[in-house]
Amino acid sequence: MSIGAIPSRYRIRIDRDQCMLCERCIESCPYGVFRKNGETIHVDSRKCTACHRCIAMCPRDAISLLEHPIDYRSHPIWTREVRESIYNQARTGKIILAGMGNAQPLPAIFDRLLLDACQVTNPSIDPLREPMELRTYIGKKPSRLEIRRTPEGDLDLVTELAPNLEAETPILIAHMSYGAISLNAQKSLAMAATEVKTFMGTGEGGLHPALYPYQDRMIVQVASGRFGVDINYLERGAAIEIKIGQGAKPGIGGHLPGEKVDADVSATRMIPVGSDAISPAPHHDIYSIEDLKQLVRGLKEATEWKKPVFVKIAAVHNVAAIAAGIARSSADAVVVDGFRGGTGAAPRVFRDQVGLPIEAAIAAVDQKLRDQGIRNEVSLIASGGIRESADVAKAIALGADAIYIGTASLVAMGCRVCGNCYRGLCPWGIATQREDLTARLDPREGSVLVSNLIHAWTLELSELMGAAGINSIESLRGNRDRLRGYMLDEGILKVLDVKPVGA
Amino acid sequence: MCGIIGVIDRRKEPMDGLRIKKALSQMNERGSGEGAGYAVYGVYPEYKDYYALHVFFNNIHETKDALDATLEQWGRIVHDEEIPTYEQPNLRKTHTPWRYFFKPDKKLMAWSKSPEDDIVTYLVMKINAERKGSLVFSSGKNIGVFKASGWPEDVANFYRIEDYAGYLWLGHNRYPTNTPGWWGGAHPFNLLGWSVVHNGEITSYGTNRRYIESFGYQCTMYTDTEVVAYLIDLLVRKHGLSEELAVKALAPPFWDEIDIMAPRQKMVAKALRLAYGSALMNGPFAIVVANQESMVGFTDRIKLRPLVGGTCGNRVFVSSEEAAIRAMEPDIEHVYMPRAGEPIIGKVIP
Repeated sequence: MSIGAIPSRYRIRIDRDQCMLCERCIESCPYGVFRKNGETIHVDSRKCTACHRCIAMCPRDAISLLEHPIDYRSHPIWTREVRESIYNQARTGKIILAGMGNAQPLPAIFDRLLLDACQVTNPSIDPLREPMELRTYIGKKPSRLEIRRTPEGDLDLVTELAPNLEAETPILIAHMSYGAISLNAQKSLAMAATEVKTFMGTGEGGLHPALYPYQDRMIVQVASGRFGVDINYLERGAAIEIKIGQGAKPGIGGHLPGEKVDADVSATRMIPVGSDAISPAPHHDIYSIEDLKQLVRGLKEATEWKKPVFVKIAAVHNVAAIAAGIARSSADAVVVDGFRGGTGAAPRVFRDQVGLPIEAAIAAVDQKLRDQGIRNEVSLIASGGIRESADVAKAIALGADAIYIGTASLVAMGCRVCGNCYRGLCPWGIATQREDLTARLDPREGSVLVSNLIHAWTLELSELMGAAGINSIESLRGNRDRLRGYMLDEGILKVLDVKPVGA
Repeated sequence: MCGIIGVIDRRKEPMDGLRIKKALSQMNERGSGEGAGYAVYGVYPEYKDYYALHVFFNNIHETKDALDATLEQWGRIVHDEEIPTYEQPNLRKTHTPWRYFFKPDKKLMAWSKSPEDDIVTYLVMKINAERKGSLVFSSGKNIGVFKASGWPEDVANFYRIEDYAGYLWLGHNRYPTNTPGWWGGAHPFNLLGWSVVHNGEITSYGTNRRYIESFGYQCTMYTDTEVVAYLIDLLVRKHGLSEELAVKALAPPFWDEIDIMAPRQKMVAKALRLAYGSALMNGPFAIVVANQESMVGFTDRIKLRPLVGGTCGNRVFVSSEEAAIRAMEPDIEHVYMPRAGEPIIGKVIP
């Protein structure tokens, strides 16, 4: 029995009057939407992912795209997505894979938080005329200091400072592995991180020798698959991050489809060519918080206690208590990844249904660490769904020290959030290893796009701070008095510890 | 706006309240007649070993017995009396000011290194947070704060401030925006030996408040100034920093300046910013903080509020305006304007 075809998701139309048969659309589309037949270009809309590469490359603006050209009977519960998932799973009997972040139409809390500005009683500060400090130190801070006066009358610091990363902006680039994204994409990000004096994560994919020149700006990741991990790797990074979980798929491991594992990826990850790189759900040496402590200290011992060690977890319901446990493990920073965090590939059910919004997670973690008097023990890095500079300001005001951007940095390089990263055919040369596709992304140009974005957000952040009468990022951190909640319910306001508008 | 003033006699020679009353009134341009106050050190020599608790009672018949009982649970009331006041046509007496001389029982906090101070701090926080109609607004040894809603002259006359004498005075002329008319909102703010007068608005208040609350302090006065008293108490009394370093933590140099310091100095400056980033005070302010041994005036890092210093013999002056200093000491020898974040410090000569 056949249930036939489900309605096509997109419809591509070519304006025949405009089209000059240059065939750039055919070259652009790795999914095979376009094909030349005699003197016309044929379209197979069913293959389209709405990646927009053809539209971006068409010299005549001849291509148009329509989403959902065919309606289902509308129903509030039996949505299109639900019905199509059922058709898909009835056919395949398998878990549905998806890319990018949570696609549920839930409201973003960030959009319902409003920032403050000064009027009359205190002056706003003009960042064009006054210093504005966004320098961010990530790592353990002393809770108190011992300072000695020398016989000559100089002051001498007795307290030993733990290693900290020094970034000139609180905006860091998230972990996206070589394998999940192309080497050119990683190079673009690494050059951008170096340019704006911030840091980027390697992801769980090892460190390709082409990135060694940027290693001082790289945070090397150790995840449950241990892909690419050896002493050379650990020693090259500016910091080490243990990945326990990820916002897009809390509770499960990593998935890199074998299609993306070419010779170079295989060498960097230290796995066979073409093999699926499936990292296990838990670390096989971490079954409790004290095991985590051993790994943190083991990594520190291996690198002579010179590097900060971060621990990344997905924002899950008990995130605050887990973070407090991590803060006691000798870790220098805890990274919390919200349920909007992106991914190259995740089971759709995890991507869309598991975890917490990052806003609530930041608020809960920051408060718990303060309640326990251990806020200085760890920095808090927030990630997952940061889309603009206002989100950065709000995340910091809620209590984060710094944030990671993942998806936003890819969008800067052309990504249209089509969500097909797991197929390895990314037409923008980002989430692919196919040489003809990766060649589309020039690292020099890509790095300019990404550094421009971070620079622009940093400028906007300093304007927002100046307007709020704040000239140093420390004074924004955890400053929830400068936020108001709009159309948020009392329960969420309480968790966020934010007053409603007008109060 | 607000006008602030402070003076210390480094040899601890007493000064009566007449001159500071005159000086504070010089700055009526900076106030609105809705709050003024004075703090005086060395004011109760006969009770100098006891904590002088100044309390505003809302309705003394309803509230005093409960407060007495609480204090007696934690120590001994050596003496208590109504603070004498004198009716003023422009000042409405909405509270009854009272003073207790109190001796905490240190056995009740035997684990602490400074049990008496900790008991008094605990009591001040508890009583003020409970809001049962009693507000402790001054709690140091040999220190008294006198404040109310009104113009500085009226408040001074209400308490007959000229009848009090001490070696260190702070004064404040208020232009309120947050809690006009509330006596508790008038400055100076005090905790134990620390008193603060403040002109400005602290834009980092949310950060500072959450930081200080994680050490058990409770902000109960609806105003950003009290947090300064608690921060200084934490940094100096509990963490053992000098007043100079505490000021450096609250209004630190910029990173650009730190980056070019000599290595040793740089380490100290960097460590202060790392450890005390959440204590950094942002926004426009000029503040004078005092304790039994010293008086420190400082401004925010870009000096968005005025502060003038002066010296004359053993006396060090600090104020929002030079005119106020000259009103207090017409023969002033030296008047100067410090740079942003640079403190004016006057210390008792040991």
